[in-house]
Amino acid sequence: MVAFIVRRLLGAVGLLLIISAVTFAIFFLVPKAAGVTSDDLAGRFAGRQPDAATLAAIKDRFGLDDPVPVQYGKYIKSIVAGDTYDTGTEKIDCPAPCLGYSFRTNQSVLDQILDRAPVTLMITLGAAVLWILAGVSIGVISALKRGTIFDRAAMSVALAGVSLPVFFTGLLSLAFVVHSWNLLPEVNYRGLGDNPFNLLLPWICLAFLYAALYARLTRAGMLETMNEDFIRTARAKGLPERTVVVKHGLRASLTPIMTVFGLDLGLLLGGAIITEKTFSIPGLGQLALDGIFQSDLPVVLGATMTAALFIVLANLVVDILYGVVDPRVRHS
Amino acid sequence: MRSPKVVTGATAGFVALSLGLSACGGGDDGDDKGGSGKFNAGATAVANPSDHKGGVLKMAQPDDFESLDPANIYYAYGLNFVRLFSRTLMTYSSKPGIAGTEMVPDLAEAKGVPSDGQKTWTYKLKRGVKYEDGTEIKAKDIKYAVARTFDRGVLHNGPSYFSQLLAAEGYKGPFKDKNLDAFKGVETPDDYTVVFKLKRPFSEFDQVVGFSGQTAPVPADKDKGVRYGMHPVSSGPYKLEADYQAKKGGTLVRNSNWDPSTDPNRKQLPDKIEVQSGLKAEEIDSRLLAGTVQVDLPGSGVQAAARQEILTKPKLKANADNPVAGFHWYLPINTKNIPNVDCRRAIVYAADRSAMYRAYGGEVGGVMATSIQPPAIPGRDKGTDMFTKADPNFTGDPTQAKAALAKCGKPNGFSTVMTFRSDRPKEKATAEALKQALDKVGIKLELKGYPSGTYTNEQLGAPKFVAKENVGIGTYGWQPDWSTGYGYLQPISDVKAIVPTGNANNAEIDDPQINKMWTDVTAIADPAQRAKVYNQIDARIRDQAYILPNVYAKSLLVRPPNLTNVYFHQGYGMYDYANLGVTG
Repeated sequence: MVAFIVRRLLGAVGLLLIISAVTFAIFFLVPKAAGVTSDDLAGRFAGRQPDAATLAAIKDRFGLDDPVPVQYGKYIKSIVAGDTYDTGTEKIDCPAPCLGYSFRTNQSVLDQILDRAPVTLMITLGAAVLWILAGVSIGVISALKRGTIFDRAAMSVALAGVSLPVFFTGLLSLAFVVHSWNLLPEVNYRGLGDNPFNLLLPWICLAFLYAALYARLTRAGMLETMNEDFIRTARAKGLPERTVVVKHGLRASLTPIMTVFGLDLGLLLGGAIITEKTFSIPGLGQLALDGIFQSDLPVVLGATMTAALFIVLANLVVDILYGVVDPRVRHS
Repeated sequence: MRSPKVVTGATAGFVALSLGLSACGGGDDGDDKGGSGKFNAGATAVANPSDHKGGVLKMAQPDDFESLDPANIYYAYGLNFVRLFSRTLMTYSSKPGIAGTEMVPDLAEAKGVPSDGQKTWTYKLKRGVKYEDGTEIKAKDIKYAVARTFDRGVLHNGPSYFSQLLAAEGYKGPFKDKNLDAFKGVETPDDYTVVFKLKRPFSEFDQVVGFSGQTAPVPADKDKGVRYGMHPVSSGPYKLEADYQAKKGGTLVRNSNWDPSTDPNRKQLPDKIEVQSGLKAEEIDSRLLAGTVQVDLPGSGVQAAARQEILTKPKLKANADNPVAGFHWYLPINTKNIPNVDCRRAIVYAADRSAMYRAYGGEVGGVMATSIQPPAIPGRDKGTDMFTKADPNFTGDPTQAKAALAKCGKPNGFSTVMTFRSDRPKEKATAEALKQALDKVGIKLELKGYPSGTYTNEQLGAPKFVAKENVGIGTYGWQPDWSTGYGYLQPISDVKAIVPTGNANNAEIDDPQINKMWTDVTAIADPAQRAKVYNQIDARIRDQAYILPNVYAKSLLVRPPNLTNVYFHQGYGMYDYANLGVTG
């Protein structure tokens, strides 16, 4: 097991290297191919009508005239060996793993990620609890009551859920639940010091989208499993129906759900971009989006690699949990 | 384990709640949220005047300031906001109407005294004005503040007027050269005198020291370079409670060392001012209408949905203003790609001003432009129509356009490219209206939209791109750095203002007559005489069809009923943030 984890972590390092190189290339090479010059890039960080001296000074500060491989080499070196950052009046030490300093806010990218990550974690975990509880429950009941009104109604709602993105349900719920009906307070969650239940609306909107998918997945899995021979055997042994459903049926259906859950969790931990944007919550997704819109390469790189890391780690955890949930995996 | 009934109940409840959230319907309670104001009450006078102290004033913005370092900001709303904690040698007068465009003394006792043919400007400081820690502000602090703007690598967001105007060749700023004596552009003969030494005469130097925050004093021992903006030292009525958190916000609290007797331009009414950054624009509108946020910081007006709601509900409209803001949305006609004046005039003749006016929202969206300078510029002539009519019913003059085309040697018309910002529906509609009108006389426009994030730096504002793509016309708008003809017209018509990226002289005007007027006008001491020259430049721009005038922008601003001392400030083109109060 240890060798397995080490192997996966080493693979993750390689993956992050590739992702950082691709992000660098997208940031510099793609605009260059479209005719964007280093002056244009520098102009993005200057005030109105920048003079030549200003553009030259910005290019020098951000190293925009260095060849892209040199800039990339410096970036990787700062991750491995750390770096120093010149504020003008002092040099700040940025220890490894130094993800650089934002071109816009002049703050350490790592500090910004560490500041935003708990916010995204709160959104994701709260929503995940709701969608797992709701999605799996609806899926199980629908499978057990196949063909009934409940099954049809639940699957219709599930279809609607999959089809309605958060920016739709989110905006509607803000307009009505918060601003028109005043049922819930305005969403003002800024960090761990705030009341997490202020995130109730984002949780529900996000969970509505995912619960629908999980309900359909669970239903399909349960329908298949409940027709297996070992279920018939369990019933023949006289086990209570609840034990048959939960311990034998649901447990065997969980493997594909866990796979999807791992991916979803990893993706959302890397930044629940649409949810954060819709509800104006300062999480990793907003950080990444701001970085993209403001051409803030260090932030884009940091956010991209953090998202990738979360996906890799979430999948690793899921792989380990396979053995816990399904004895067949452990034995193999 | 719970019974299946409990599980069923819980899931049914969740489904019901989910369905409820996605239900598309709702009440119409906008009428219940109004106050007792009057539409446009804050456009030309102070609405809801009050000296009530206390409360928390809440401000919000979708993005964030470039920085809170007064020297490292350029955009008007940031400059407006930093007045709450930074004082400068001169500042805009805190008055509604055209009086708000006047520069008045702030830290200085009086306006600057020019000498040596406008090449030396001397300011005397008020005595006893203090920083938030109680230390007195001295002339050396102003000199240091100006010196640091010379380091364009560290402080690159702010204006570069000082490094362009002051006689300090080769000076790189105090971050690279700590010996302030090496900086010859500013002299401080005593603790209360600041003398600026210029390379050439510049008669609007009061505007240069007042429009931005670059003369806000900075104590050298508290300077943190590029990070000073996280917690600048206050000289105004408020100070930062803790470090400002970029993309999140911060809180201002009262500065007990601010003395109102030295500062007629600001008030200290709310106990606190909270800024929330990163709030969606539509969400800000909802909160403004609910009164839970009092100020939309960018000050450019509400979004389309709220606009519709406000205009159709009298009680909401009563708490809104629709003033003419600082922008003129015009269409520069590029002189490199369309060099013949008659070809350019043909475009102006043929333009359907009626459709273009409606594209900007008609009466609520703007006022039809006659001159290039907008109405908020003191001394501006209203101007006369040249080759077009500022008439809501004027749909173009194809006959005159065809005659002009014949004169320019292209009786069958020509083809060119027109750019616009694809994420701005009004600009897209304007481009489509112009295309349709020009089609009638044989001028074929190929419309190309680009994102507003790159438009000014990489497309219309990049002469190389304009040449490569044969861009003949673009949609654009300009708000002046300061409210004079120089502030408005020089960046968009002086050949010296053409820069490789972020270029505002989009027409690439290089007119010897205009260039000479720009060279000469900066030595004229009398503002009225300068205004005459600016009006001549304005007329020349229209006569040569360098720019097709369109509309002076109007914005729809909300002032919640609990916001006091609200008025539209002509200098900033939005409400004045330095004098607001809050009740309830």
